[in-house]
Order: sequence, then structure tokens, then C-alpha cells
Amino acid sequence: MGVLEGKFEDNVFITSLDWIFNWARSSSPWPLSFGLACCAIEMMATGAPRYDMARFGAEVFRGTPRQADVMIVAGTVSLKMATRLKRLYDQMASPKYVISMGSCANKGGPYWKHGYHVLKGVDLVVPVDVYVPGCPPRPEALLEGIITLQKKIRNESIAKNKAGVA
Amino acid sequence: MTPGEIAALLTEKFGSRVLESKPDAINPWSAVEPSAILEIAQFVRGDARLSMDHLELLGGVDYRDRIEVVYILFSMTQRHRYTLKCRLPREAPTIHTVESVWGVANWHEREAYDMFGIIFEGHSDLRRILCPDDWEGYPLRKDYKFPTSYRDMPV
Repeated sequence: MGVLEGKFEDNVFITSLDWIFNWARSSSPWPLSFGLACCAIEMMATGAPRYDMARFGAEVFRGTPRQADVMIVAGTVSLKMATRLKRLYDQMASPKYVISMGSCANKGGPYWKHGYHVLKGVDLVVPVDVYVPGCPPRPEALLEGIITLQKKIRNESIAKNKAGVA
Repeated sequence: MTPGEIAALLTEKFGSRVLESKPDAINPWSAVEPSAILEIAQFVRGDARLSMDHLELLGGVDYRDRIEVVYILFSMTQRHRYTLKCRLPREAPTIHTVESVWGVANWHEREAYDMFGIIFEGHSDLRRILCPDDWEGYPLRKDYKFPTSYRDMPV
């Protein structure tokens, strides 16, 4: 006996395919655990009860790219890691999204000038949907980034790809 | 033992192979002959008075005219600390590994190889530890030129 059984017998649900897909996708953007530096500490705080990322359906950090919807790149991406990051992104199932968290992932951060080993922005390797500025960003900022991503997902159409081309 | 006593003991044991000692420095040290490093390492570890059972750090330093390998040693039983230095020519910095004396030297020597290009003869697994395997150059050398790209990624 399910909880919904018998409750909707006389009703008809009408919705658009886009709406139901976008609702499903935006309501549970499961992140791939990608903590690379101090931003990861803020990301963990975001997932912990005080900020409670579960309110937005994004608390299920996955250890495998196959089960993840959004890659939160939290921290400094070294060139050695960038090759792995690209591979993990390629292994994620579509639709997939990337949140670039913090100055390092956005543009190299403090390693901009002298970081011979640091990738100057994760957008050089994978397409980024949302940039979260800060060094590191507070949990509120990451939540804002997740909400921004959800808004973006709700405006998508399954008839078009992410670039908006049919 | 005090740093002065350690320096005197090393000089007494190894004579001219201890090139220079500075026991009154903040980190007391002795510069030793690179070819004798394995013998000296075995002595300072095995001798009951020194008993340097812990290699705290093995690192490289680029002084432009030479490259130094620095061994910071600590004795858990005697509670004293002492530093050994080996001066190597910049063109071909090569020294024998001390992996057999302190197991932790394995990773430390790989790091020194990765960053300074110091070759540790007899090392069981001398590859880069931090940089990617196909990285070019030794980043902590003073004359290191920053790469402009790595695997088609701009730096």
C-alpha cells in the first residue's frame, strides 16, 4: 500500500514533457565529489546540517561520475588533475553540469602569475554552467550557485541541447 | 648530545670527509662529502650515542652555483636534532640513496628528483612524485622556465 495509492483516482495530470523533465532534473542535481582544496571544506559545510544542501536535493555526493549530474569543481585544478578532471567529466552521463567553485577553479586564483602547475580556469577544459566567486566562497554562495543552476535547468528544453541549438 | 658534541663526533669518526660544521647555527649542521653519505647515514642511525632513527626531511636547495641535499635528522630516543648537507655540482647532481637507512627517504628522494633533478643512485623507484610523468624540467631550480602549455592546455 503506497502512500499515494487511492488519492488521485479522479484526477488527471496534464503537464508538458519539458516541465516534468526539468522538474526532475533540477530537483535532484547530485554532485560528483570533487573537493580539490580549501573550497572543499566549504562544500562539506554546505552539505552539513547547518546549511543543509539537502533542501535543494543536492546532498547526494556520488563517488562515481556515472551517477552524478553536476560536477562541483571545488578548488585548485593542477594540470595533472586537469587531465583526470576532463576524463571524469567525459564519464558523466548527460545531462551534465559543471559548477566552478572559487577563484582557483574560475581563473587560477592566487596561482594566476606564478603557478606553473595550475590550470588557469577550469573552463579551459570543460564547459562551465555556473561560476561561484570567492576564496573560498561561503556556503551561502555555493547554495546560490546551486539555485542558479536549478533556474538554468528549468529553462531548458529537451528538444534543444545545452547551447540552445535545436 | 649537544650539537657541538655531534659535530665533534662526526669529525672524529670521518675526518676530512666532514667538510664543514656549524653547530651554533639555528639548525646546527655539517656539510659532508657526498660520496660518504651512505656510510655516514648508517653511522648516525646505528650509533647508540646518536641514534638518529627519524629522517624528518630530505630536501634540495638550489644555490645557483651548486645544489645541496639537506637531511634533517631527529633522534626519538636521544631527543636531539641535527642536519647533514651534501654539496653537489649543478651540472650532474648525483648522490647515493639513503633509502636503505630510512625507508621514508624513498618518497623524499623522489620529490627532490622531481623538483631539482637530483639523481639518487640505487633508488628502488626513482620517478616523479608530484608533477605528471611527462613533465619537462625541474620546477624548483632557479633557472626553470615556466611552460607555456601542457597537453594543449595553456598555462
